[in-house]
Amino acid sequence: MLLLLPIHATATYAADARDIAANGNGRDAPACSVCHGAQGAGQPDAGYPRLAGLDSEYLLEQLNAFAEGSRDNETMAPIVKALSPDERQAIAKFYAGLVAPKMEESQKADDKTIATGAALAGRGDWSKGLPGCGQCHGAAGQGVGKTFPGLAGQSAEYIMSQLKAWKDGKRTNDPLHLMTGISSKLSDDQITAVAVYYASLPVAVAASAPQGSKP
Amino acid sequence: MSEHRPDLRTWVAGVVFLGLAIFVGTTLPKSVPNSELKSELKSEPRSDTSKNTEPAIAQPDQPVASNAGENPKLAFSPPGDDEIPKNEFGDAIRLGERIFHDTQGNASEFVGNSLQCSNCHLDSGRLANAAPLWAAYVAYPAYRTKNEHVNTFEERLQGCFLYSMNGKAPAANDKVLVALESYAYFLAKGAAIGAELPGRGYPKLARPAKLDYAHGQQVYAAKCALCHGAEGQGQSAANGIVVFPPLWGPRSFNWGAGMSSINNAAGFIKANMPLSQGNTLTDAEAWDVASFMDSQERPQDPRFSGSLAETRKLHHDSPMDMYGQTVNGVVLGQNSPAAGPQP
Repeated sequence: MLLLLPIHATATYAADARDIAANGNGRDAPACSVCHGAQGAGQPDAGYPRLAGLDSEYLLEQLNAFAEGSRDNETMAPIVKALSPDERQAIAKFYAGLVAPKMEESQKADDKTIATGAALAGRGDWSKGLPGCGQCHGAAGQGVGKTFPGLAGQSAEYIMSQLKAWKDGKRTNDPLHLMTGISSKLSDDQITAVAVYYASLPVAVAASAPQGSKP
Repeated sequence: MSEHRPDLRTWVAGVVFLGLAIFVGTTLPKSVPNSELKSELKSEPRSDTSKNTEPAIAQPDQPVASNAGENPKLAFSPPGDDEIPKNEFGDAIRLGERIFHDTQGNASEFVGNSLQCSNCHLDSGRLANAAPLWAAYVAYPAYRTKNEHVNTFEERLQGCFLYSMNGKAPAANDKVLVALESYAYFLAKGAAIGAELPGRGYPKLARPAKLDYAHGQQVYAAKCALCHGAEGQGQSAANGIVVFPPLWGPRSFNWGAGMSSINNAAGFIKANMPLSQGNTLTDAEAWDVASFMDSQERPQDPRFSGSLAETRKLHHDSPMDMYGQTVNGVVLGQNSPAAGPQP
């Protein structure tokens, strides 16, 4: 309850997500853009994920998961704890509405690995009981609803780190523990292949996203 | 993807399978009628429990293995894509595979809902216990109680379009049907003609003493709604393409489809759902959630005669089939959207 007091004090005005993203919230949350880029395109080489265009409910759930610990992340946990519920919500909506160009990774994966990833993403590996990633995340990794985030154009480094986090039990906020099961069946090579495949795809633009900026 | 890398377990499983096959082959009665053997996408309500029109299942009959998915290595292994010949026939196989994987994109003229063949036939018709094409292919021609005559494989495929896809049947020489048959034939390469291959259709679960709609509703909310939506409506990607198939309602399979029989749905669900977590539900959960799903309204049976009672008697007379039954005060089939593609 003590924690909630300052939140109520700041909730009297609408949180300005654009300002927080650019400058921080003036308490303990630094500017999101430092790591995630001015337009939310992320820094793929460093493994800072792209946020632009992801579903707002998904983003909000992830922020809350950092605070609760079901996403075990030393960097994000203190930052999110410094954000009020209003601020979290506003930031989630802000990034969901952004359309940012793809940040190219400095090192291109080889075509063979990408092709292996494409096959895995499209068809899965049923010898291990693995469906294709696209069966839940959309055929081209566009993302489905609030539960299955878009993967197209996401940082390969980030995708790999998340699959490993599930595998190691450091990320446990997956509904029905679908990703915990999936990641446990993936070999390291498969993780790399599927990550570089999705990173190689053009960024998906939602049908409802603002017009004017095409990938 | 190296799907067919032989390892020690595969070899051992192969040897065990061969031994079993020889054993079964030499002990089977010679005159088992084909119609009794078939089970994939079984659209016909079982007639062995016929006159009982109560939704609850009285007799716990047919104690068949409920865990056929536990040892998929025993199943026939279809050839990989690298074995597709590089010629006109190979082109037909590849077209068939594309149709199967993306029916909406490659055979839209015959489809009246939002489903794909691969929604129920997982791994594009390769996966055992998910109605694999290779097992179906070698089981036809066969007599079917559904239409009371010997069906060719083409006619069986036409039935999929008419009922499961709530669409229109392609003509037997249509490019779509030829391609699908080519693909099925290719997948069945090396399988014994007329054999009842392990992994065919869906597993047959031992029948429960009763079906519990309310429990099924709870299971649905807990395990299914995440992907298929709270109202069974399915879910689309951000670009509008359906990713999770609708399970009932106007965009799902119609009342003539095999999946509208609770026993088929329960077997599929048990072995394969939630996707990637097959065989994690209990039999009771699979049965009850199947009965919940199959107690919802869906497009009309194309064979609808104008009378629900008569259509039920002719085509749905089974405790495994809720068509024409009253659920929550409403007679199922009464408010069905029209069968077939709608403008």
